[in-house]
Amino acid sequence: MNKSVAVTGMGIISAIGNNTAANYNSLISGKHGISTPEVLKTIYKHLPVGEIKISNESIAKKLNLPENHSYTRAALLGALAVKEAIFQANLKLDGDTGFISGTSVGGMDATETYFKDFSEGKTDNNRFIRAQHPGFTTEKIAEYFEVNGFVSTISTACSSGANAIMLGARMIKTGKLKRVIVGGTDCLTKFTLNGFNSLMILSNEQCKPFDENRKGLNLGEGAAYLVLEAEEEINGKPVLGRISGYGNANDAFHQTASSENGEGAFLAMQKALKTAGIPVEKINYINAHGTATKNNDKAESAALERIFSNKLPDFSSTKAFTGHTLAASGALEAVYSLLAIQNEQVFPNLNFSNPMLNPGFIPVTNLKEKPIDYVLSNSFGFGGNCTSLIFSKNGI
Amino acid sequence: MGYKIYINGIGSISAQEEDLFSRGSATIYRENIFPAISPNYKEFIKPMALRRMSKAIKMGVTSAKIALKEAKVEVPGAIITGTGEGCKQDTEKFLENLLDLDEKLLTPTSFIQSTHNTIGGQIALNLGCKNYNVTYTQNSVSLETALLDAQMQFNENPEIGSILAGGVDEISEKITSFQKLDGQLKLNPIKNLDLLREDSTGTITSEGAHFFVLSKEKKENTYAEFQSVSIKNVIKPETIINEIENFLAKNNLNSTAIDAVILGKNGDNRYDYFYKNLQRKLLKNKPQLAYKHLVGDFDTASGYAVFVAAKILKTSKIPAILKLNNVDCKIPKHILIYNQYLGRDHSLMLLSAV
Repeated sequence: MNKSVAVTGMGIISAIGNNTAANYNSLISGKHGISTPEVLKTIYKHLPVGEIKISNESIAKKLNLPENHSYTRAALLGALAVKEAIFQANLKLDGDTGFISGTSVGGMDATETYFKDFSEGKTDNNRFIRAQHPGFTTEKIAEYFEVNGFVSTISTACSSGANAIMLGARMIKTGKLKRVIVGGTDCLTKFTLNGFNSLMILSNEQCKPFDENRKGLNLGEGAAYLVLEAEEEINGKPVLGRISGYGNANDAFHQTASSENGEGAFLAMQKALKTAGIPVEKINYINAHGTATKNNDKAESAALERIFSNKLPDFSSTKAFTGHTLAASGALEAVYSLLAIQNEQVFPNLNFSNPMLNPGFIPVTNLKEKPIDYVLSNSFGFGGNCTSLIFSKNGI
Repeated sequence: MGYKIYINGIGSISAQEEDLFSRGSATIYRENIFPAISPNYKEFIKPMALRRMSKAIKMGVTSAKIALKEAKVEVPGAIITGTGEGCKQDTEKFLENLLDLDEKLLTPTSFIQSTHNTIGGQIALNLGCKNYNVTYTQNSVSLETALLDAQMQFNENPEIGSILAGGVDEISEKITSFQKLDGQLKLNPIKNLDLLREDSTGTITSEGAHFFVLSKEKKENTYAEFQSVSIKNVIKPETIINEIENFLAKNNLNSTAIDAVILGKNGDNRYDYFYKNLQRKLLKNKPQLAYKHLVGDFDTASGYAVFVAAKILKTSKIPAILKLNNVDCKIPKHILIYNQYLGRDHSLMLLSAV
């Protein structure tokens, strides 16, 4: 049995572009997508966010949805990204094609809009009542592409997208599916913006991952999906890269904070290296979780130090480009990891100037060209959920 | 192919007392939304921690601990949780504050506990379990996806001996009541035990938690073998019989080998045909059972069906209150469970006696 799983398509929409090519161009030209909220109606007009400047109406139009559709923003963004991925993979959609999506708050944008109406018993927009629950958003995307077989949602906060990719890869490996679309979607909502704000982990300026003077994260929105296919399904199609390792562990330390020594992150990376069957020296680039909160970057650095000791490869967090897109982040960064492999480039960690006092790791701050065989991508979330994925170049 | 997987421990919290099997009579409700019966949570959770917990977290942690204790497992090889609607009480609290206070002066506690993976995370924290941990939230197949994942884990990781997998959903004051506005719930209050005689739209709902300890090792107190689970988002009504035949064939069985079927009938006359077709044809001469008139319908209510199936297979007793027809079976060996919600998220599960 082949140990890695082929990726034959990818699609993405984020604050730095509406498709893969646009995202790639922003990454290599160092063009971030951080702005202030315009589409999201909130009192926090000054808070920096990675917002996609397209209204729901115009996405719905692009997707030819009827006027009274019940697609939430996460479903709309998701459908756009899936469309690109399916097109690239020229994917066959049948009973052996699955869809696994990660989302943290699903259709919360609709719930917060209509909650008061529903509380007063108004039924005008009752098609959005079930939209609150993550499975609904997933089902809407599945419905759009007529994926009728295995459809599921993972909600492990900020590691959801990475876990969806992991489950998809496992289902291909174990022969449960022949083809599967995996990834994640989350949109900006008042709920999450206020939630992170109440935790006092939002930065009032552009986020600075791994910088000693980092002040917190910028919230973002986006969706990204990969198409994974079993070997016998590929039939000479271009393979964009492979998923060769994955690991999931729990920090079991605190509901929201990471442990000092990054135990969960350490275990997730260790497991990913084990499933990939490679020594740490093989990793050429790490796309870090790097949210730019005090706590995450410290715990992640500690875990990286434990895994790589003094041989830390090039690493960067791309969250200064997109903001932290929560459940979608692992999927966005999977696309970036595959782009890094394909184009032999390490994307920069923006806004970095001062190394952290301890351990003082210095990320890649300018676009760097070099051959890349293996990329490690980290995603950590509330609830102690930690997941690491390893992507590899096709044919190695 | 693969390992045999046994159910060695069950923690069940629902709107019915656990002794339904010995006593045979059921708790009656006359509202369309009714709460689960709380065990003494203090026996399982420290008072300090308990104070902050919503019901979903309390039920989840407690049922997980009951299941682990019964199976004599301290730290499982993985914790896999299903919850269709997650921590609604904390979500509702944070959302209402946000809207009432116009986004100002919010405290983070309820936000922190609102994420769907709070239950799985709290169980891990309580047990100090750093192993694989995932939460599925796919409507009425949330628990089923957790069980599917568990089955895969055993085959992928030979070192894993036991896995804790289960489903939890809670009711919340407002969000649950919204289900009256979009036809999910019946408009007029009914008596729960009359649910399956109703000819109207919608259903009744409640809450609960069901955790199972799945193990590769068969023990003296093993309930049953967990054979297989299949999940499909959309099934055409006319092909449901085919789906079941294919599912059974994959498990080297055919419909004649099935000794009883547990159906997710929920009294919603718009979708009952999925079950009626089976009752009248393929499984006509089999004992047909139902459970949602006892515990209500919610995304992880099928946990009660797995609990009931496991208990029947262990005791060879079928409580009369579950029966939809008069067909009997002396020693049930194979039980099929079929569920769907609003015509979507279909699941089939197969449990066998050991």
